[in-house]
Amino acid sequence: MSAIALRRRTLPGFGLTMGLTLTWLSVIILIPLAGLFLKSLELSPEQFWAILSSRRTLNALRVSFGLAFAAACVNLVMGSIIVWALVRYRFPGRRIFDAIVDVPFALPTAVAGVALSSLFAEKGWLGAPLAALGIKVAFTPVGIFVAMIFIGIPFVVRTVQPVLQDLDPEIEEAAGSLGASRWQTIVRVILPSLAPALLTGLALAFARAVGEYGSIIFIAGNLPNVSEIAPLLIVIRLSEFRYADATAIAVVMLVVSFVIIFAVNRLQRWAQDRIPMH
Amino acid sequence: MTMQIADNVSLSSPDAKSRAHAAAARNNLRTEPRAVRLVIITLAIAFLSVFVVLPLVVVFAQALSKGILAYFAALAEPEALAAIKLTLVVAAISVSLNLVFGLVAAWAVAKFEFPGKTFLITLIDLPFSVSPVISGLVFVLLFGAQGYFGGWLRDHDIQILFAVPGIALATTFVTFPFVARALIPLMQEQGTQEEEAATSLGASGLQTFFRVTLPNIKWGVLYGVLLCNARAMGEFGAVSVVSGHIRGETNTMPLLVEILYNEYQFVAAFAIASLLAMLALITLIAKTILERHLDEGQDVNDH
Amino acid sequence: MTIEVKNLVKKFGSFKALDGVDLKVDDGELLALLGPSGSGKTTLLRIIAGLDWPDSGEVSFNGEDALAQGARERHVGFVFQHYALFRHMSVFENVAFGLRVQPRAVRKDEATIRARVKELLDLVQLDWLADRYPSQLSGGQRQRIALARALAIEPRILLLDEPFGALDAKVRKELRKWLRSLHHEINVTSIFVTHDQEEALEVANRVVVMDKGRIEQIGSPDDVYETPATAFVHGFIGESIELPVHVEGDVVRLGDRPLALKAEGLASGASKLFVRRHDMLVGPPGSGAFEGAVQHVRNFGPVQRAEVALSGGQTIEIDAPRDRELRAGDTVGLAPRRFRIFAG
Repeated sequence: MSAIALRRRTLPGFGLTMGLTLTWLSVIILIPLAGLFLKSLELSPEQFWAILSSRRTLNALRVSFGLAFAAACVNLVMGSIIVWALVRYRFPGRRIFDAIVDVPFALPTAVAGVALSSLFAEKGWLGAPLAALGIKVAFTPVGIFVAMIFIGIPFVVRTVQPVLQDLDPEIEEAAGSLGASRWQTIVRVILPSLAPALLTGLALAFARAVGEYGSIIFIAGNLPNVSEIAPLLIVIRLSEFRYADATAIAVVMLVVSFVIIFAVNRLQRWAQDRIPMH
Repeated sequence: MTMQIADNVSLSSPDAKSRAHAAAARNNLRTEPRAVRLVIITLAIAFLSVFVVLPLVVVFAQALSKGILAYFAALAEPEALAAIKLTLVVAAISVSLNLVFGLVAAWAVAKFEFPGKTFLITLIDLPFSVSPVISGLVFVLLFGAQGYFGGWLRDHDIQILFAVPGIALATTFVTFPFVARALIPLMQEQGTQEEEAATSLGASGLQTFFRVTLPNIKWGVLYGVLLCNARAMGEFGAVSVVSGHIRGETNTMPLLVEILYNEYQFVAAFAIASLLAMLALITLIAKTILERHLDEGQDVNDH
Repeated sequence: MTIEVKNLVKKFGSFKALDGVDLKVDDGELLALLGPSGSGKTTLLRIIAGLDWPDSGEVSFNGEDALAQGARERHVGFVFQHYALFRHMSVFENVAFGLRVQPRAVRKDEATIRARVKELLDLVQLDWLADRYPSQLSGGQRQRIALARALAIEPRILLLDEPFGALDAKVRKELRKWLRSLHHEINVTSIFVTHDQEEALEVANRVVVMDKGRIEQIGSPDDVYETPATAFVHGFIGESIELPVHVEGDVVRLGDRPLALKAEGLASGASKLFVRRHDMLVGPPGSGAFEGAVQHVRNFGPVQRAEVALSGGQTIEIDAPRDRELRAGDTVGLAPRRFRIFAG
C-alpha cells in the first residue's frame, strides 16, 4: 500500500508555501522581535527597574498611556455618534464623510503631524481662536491628546459600523412593540449588541495611540516630564546610544500591545460565541 | 388614558389620518426625534470637519501659501527629488516583497487546514500592533554598531543601517500584513472547490494558481498592494529610527517633511506633505472603487 | 474501467466518516451512493476522485493502485455539488480548461480544442451559451456545463456529487432522465451521490445504501426496495410502517398480543417489524394480524392514506386503494401482504 500517498493533500504547494511563509515571517518579524527581548534579558532586573522607575521614563509612559486612554474614550463617544449618523441617517455629503473617516489611516503620520501642528499653533486657524479663549493646544499635552484623537477615530468607526449595519431591525421593532421607549431600546437592546465592537474599537484606538509617534511629535512640544511621549523617549535614548534604556521602554510597550491584541482576540471570539452568526 | 386618546383620534379623524399615524408610529420605533437627529448629524459633521477635513485642507493651503511657483520650486529642489526617488525605490522593494509573501502565505493559510492556523494569522498581524518606533529599534538592535550582527557587518563592509537596505527592511516590517490580510479572508470565503475542479481536470499547481485562483482574487491583490504601498510611502517612525537622516541620501519624503518643517521652511515642508496627502486621497478613492468590485465579486459568488 | 475499494477508513477528528468500506464497481456501471447526510457517501466519492485521502484502505482502478496518484493524474471527471464553475471564464473556456492545461507534448491544437468543446456543448445541448459566464446561467444549465467540463478530459470514471441537489423539483426530474440517457450514450463508469432515494432508484443500475460510514446494502434498485437487507435500509427506502415486536421461537408478539404471522428462522428477542404502507391489506375486523380503529383519512390521488390506532396502542399510517372508502371511526382488520422482521 502506498503509505506516503495516504497523507497527501488534495491541492499542491502546502509544504512549499508553508515553508516560505514561516521562513519569511521569522526573518522579517520574529527574529527582530526576539532580538529585542534577548537584548532586554542582558539587563539585570535591578537595571531594568532602575530604567523604568526613573522619573523621565515614568512620566513618558504616563503621558503616552494616560492620554491614549483619554483619547480612546473620546473616540469611543464621538465614534459612536459618527457611526450612528452614518448608518442611520441620510444627510447631504454622507458618503463623502463616510470615506473621509479613513483619512487618518491613509494620511502619512508626518503629514498629519505638521498639519495638526500648524492648525493648532498660536497663529493657526484653530489655534488663534482657542488662544483668544486662553486655551493653548500646540506644544502642550493637549496637543498630544488632539493628535491621538485624530489617529484613533477610524478604529472605533470601522469596527462598530459593520456591526450596527448588520443589526437586525426586528429586534428594535420588537423592543418598541413591547413598550420600550426609544431611549430604553437604545440602552437596553442596541448598546449591548454593540458592546463587543465598541470595546474592540476602544482597545484598537488605545493601542494605536500608545505607540503613535509621527503625528504627535510635531504638536507635542516634547518637554521632558510634561509632553514627552514614550516612543519619543526611545528615539532620544537611541540617539544618545543608551540602547539599554531604549530596549527596556520598548519591551514594556510591546508587552502591553501584545496583551491588548490578546484581549481583543478573546473579545472577538466571545462576541461570536455570544451572538452566533446566522 | 391611552384608550381615551385612541377614541378621540378615531372619532375626530378619517381613516387616512389614523393610517398615517400608524405609519408614523412604526417609523418612530427605529428612529429618534428630529431635534436629536439634527444634533447627532451636526456633531458628527463638526467633529470630522475639525479633526479630519481641516488638517487635510491646511496641508494644501500652506503648500500654496506663497503661490504656485514657490510650490513647484520647492518640489524641484534636488533634496526633494532625491527623497521622492528614495521613497519610490523603498516602496517598490517592500511592496513587491510583501506581495509575494502575501500570495504565498494566503495560499498556505486559506487553502489548507492545519493546527495553529489562528496563531499563525496572529503572528502575521503582529506588526500592526507594534509601535513604529519599536519596528525601527529592532533593526538597530540587530544591525547597529552594537547590534547582534553589527560587528560581522562592519568586518564585511556591509551597510544596512543608515542606508537603503535598513529603510527597506523597516518598511517591509511595518507593511508586512497588508497583502496577506487582504487575501486570507477573501480566499477562505472562496473555498477550494474551483481549485479542486482544476486539479481534477489535470491542471498543475502553478496552472491552477495562475488560471483559476489569481483571476478570482485580483481585486483583493490590488486592494492589498494599494494599502501596502500607501503605508510604505508614508511610513515615518520606523524609517526615522533606521535612516540616519543623511540629507539627499537616506531621507524619504516623510523624513524630509520633518527636516524642512523643523527648519521653518514651511512652504517646502508642506509641498512635500501635499504630495503625500494626494497619495492618501488617491489611495482612498481607489480603495472605495475596489471595495465595490470586491462586493460584486461576492455577489456572483452567492449564486 | 472497474473500481475496487477495500476496507476504507477515514476519520475527521473523532468522527468516523468511513468505517471499513468495501465496494466493487463494474465497467460501464451507473452506480448510486445513497444515504442520509453524514453517512460518508460524499467522502467516499471524494476519495475515489483523489480530493480526499483515506486513513487506511485501498482504492484501485482496473487493478492499479489509485492512491499512488493525485487527483490530477487520475483522469476522473468530477462534477461538484455546487458545480465549482470558474467564475471568471466563459462557458466555453470552462469546458476547454481541462484541454488547455494538458502538458504541451500532448496538448491538442486550438482548432481541435474548439471542435471538441463545441461537440461537448452540443452533447449537453447548450452550444448557444458558449459565450455566457456562469453567473448568467440557471442552475440546471450550470449543472450541464459542469458535466461537459468534466467530460472534456475524456475521464476514465465520472463522479457526480449530489448532481441534482441544488435544483428545483421540476428541473431535477428532467435532468435525471437526461443523465441516464447520456450515460447510455457515453458509457463511462459513473458513480453519483444522492440522499434522494427516488433519484437513486430511477437513475442507477445499482444502488449502494450507506449509513454511518458503512455500506448497508448493495443491489439493484429492485433489490434494495423489495428485499431490504437491514432495518436501516427498510426504513430509509420507501415508506414503511415500523413496529417494535418480540420474537420467541416462531411466535411474534406486539406488546403481549401474539400476531398471526409466520416467523421462521428468526432469532428470539426484541425485533422490529417492517411493512410497506401499501402492503397492509384492509379487511373486516378480526381478519388480519392486526386490528385497529381508523382515526383519520386523506386522499392522495389513487390511494387513501389512513391513520389507524392499533389495539396495542400504536398509531400507524397505511396506504389503501380507493375502491373501498375508509371512514374515521371504522374498525378494520389489517393483514400485511409482505413483511420483514429484523433483530434489534
